[in-house]
Amino acid sequence: MGSIVLKQVTKRFGDVEVIPPLDLSIVEGEFVVFVGPSGCGKSTLLRLIAGLEDVTSGTVEINGQDATTARPAARGLAMVFQTYALYPHMSVRKNIAFPLKMAGLDQAEIDRKVNGAAQVLNLTDYLDRRPGQLSGGQRQRVAIGRAIVREPMAFLFDEPLSNLDAALRVNMRLEISELHQKLATTMIYVTHDQVEAMTMADKIVVLRDGYIEQVGSPLELYNSPANLFVAGFIGSPKMNFIEGAEASKHGAHTIGVRPEHLVITQDAGMWQGTVGVAEHLGSDTFLHVAVDGVGTLTVRAPGELALRHGDAITVTVPGDKIYRFDRDGSAVR
Amino acid sequence: MARSVTPRRKMVVTVLAWAVGLLIFFPILWTILTSFKTEADAIASPPLFLGFDWTLENYAEVQERSDYFRHFWNSVVISVGSTLLGLLIAIPSAWAMAFVPGRRTKDVLMWMLSTKMLPPVGVLIPIYLIFRDAGLLDTRTGLVIVLTLINLPIIIWMLFTYFKEIPGEILEAARMDGATLWAEILHVLTPMAVPGIASTLLLNIILSWNEAFWTLNLTAAKAAPLTAFIASYSSPEGLFYAKLSAASTMAIAPILIMGWFSQKQLVRGLTFGAVK
Repeated sequence: MGSIVLKQVTKRFGDVEVIPPLDLSIVEGEFVVFVGPSGCGKSTLLRLIAGLEDVTSGTVEINGQDATTARPAARGLAMVFQTYALYPHMSVRKNIAFPLKMAGLDQAEIDRKVNGAAQVLNLTDYLDRRPGQLSGGQRQRVAIGRAIVREPMAFLFDEPLSNLDAALRVNMRLEISELHQKLATTMIYVTHDQVEAMTMADKIVVLRDGYIEQVGSPLELYNSPANLFVAGFIGSPKMNFIEGAEASKHGAHTIGVRPEHLVITQDAGMWQGTVGVAEHLGSDTFLHVAVDGVGTLTVRAPGELALRHGDAITVTVPGDKIYRFDRDGSAVR
Repeated sequence: MARSVTPRRKMVVTVLAWAVGLLIFFPILWTILTSFKTEADAIASPPLFLGFDWTLENYAEVQERSDYFRHFWNSVVISVGSTLLGLLIAIPSAWAMAFVPGRRTKDVLMWMLSTKMLPPVGVLIPIYLIFRDAGLLDTRTGLVIVLTLINLPIIIWMLFTYFKEIPGEILEAARMDGATLWAEILHVLTPMAVPGIASTLLLNIILSWNEAFWTLNLTAAKAAPLTAFIASYSSPEGLFYAKLSAASTMAIAPILIMGWFSQKQLVRGLTFGAVK
């Protein structure tokens, strides 16, 4: 139950190829995150799986059965939209009950399931309200409630948290993760936020221009990015890239160093530079250090650091923390 | 962008708005006033505004001479019937154009609107002949059909603009939730578009109620609505302004009252999309 396999799937809108031939398999129970910059095709890919868009060629298999031409509802998937997409003219209860009503369940069964879902999602007190009377977080929970009552084979989330404020986003992120633990159902989650991807995923699919750049667990992507794009996309702040002579020393066209791997040393060290901007976050300080012949490096330093604009410092990175890339941007291992 | 509205400016605008409003309303007011005059007062020169002998004679005579309620009932059947039939066709069409547009959707919409630019008299003869052969002359069914066709472009356009405002994701959610196409239109789209559908309905009833070209040309006695009722006072034995006015007042009163009660809905509907 809940495995999804895409075979040579493509999608064209007119003359524009949004998804070039693509293969992907998602194992039952996995939390898979599609991540990438906007316009990378991640939402389109999700919609192809949902059946809201037709594939141009290729096959979509759900649970080992060809679902390429199946209606969205027949695929046994539930979707949570970025805009929640609640029915504004129905109460919360009716919103959650809608898929069950469409499935033709009897009223007692519907009531039982709706009440159960409302309890799980802390919505019991709001069942008779309209979506317009709810906060953003509550609306999102209703949307999730509408998805879980169907007991789908897989959940599809299309940037569900991007309309929420930062604090709420962290809460909902945890709630969705907990939901996944509890239900152990396959979940596919689309986001452009790499923090969401890293914190929630069992498996991350990094997309660019419709191509899959890399598939792997969050730590695999962090520790051994397949190319410059993935290296730059995963991790915050972004990885420092250095080209030229400094890179040649390590036998690469480009080397990458993560801000958190740069160590500030008193005198001896790899690179000497001056502090430009120091961003004090409390827990951390991000230093932007100008190094001659290398460029500006972002360095992650402890929070309470008495360095100021113009101070001279030396930074060093352990040899095994240097990522090497060839001329095409692929990782050199 | 705070634009300061000075009291003076506000006064000028208010006076201007009233002036325009009265100018537009004056002919109707004059008709109503004339309907209470004697025939002699009605053609008096200089015209009498309020200082005349008020009389209900005209109404009594009009009522005696022709069957107001039969015409009224025909008007109701024709305007409500054509509007409902129109909505039945227009809701699915507007759905298709708003949510699954094709490459030619814009052109189709323009083409439909272009039919409104054709002078009706240009197709009077073919339609008259078709109606004659189909036995639809002077029938309410015939008028319902022709008025539906005439107003359909407007109904579709209005609904289309409304539906455009409804986020497609909500309909997709319904599709994911297992709604069939009809369930989607019936349970999700239509209830959400109720304000739009209501103002379209109202506007169309008004348009059909007042339509005078086809209703006059395709009816004789049986199916004649109120427009024909008015017209019957403008001809045979010369003009009788007071009686004609009384007939007009009786004919427009129902729709005027309906318009008055629904004006909020109408204004909201007509400015929808333009003002958010």
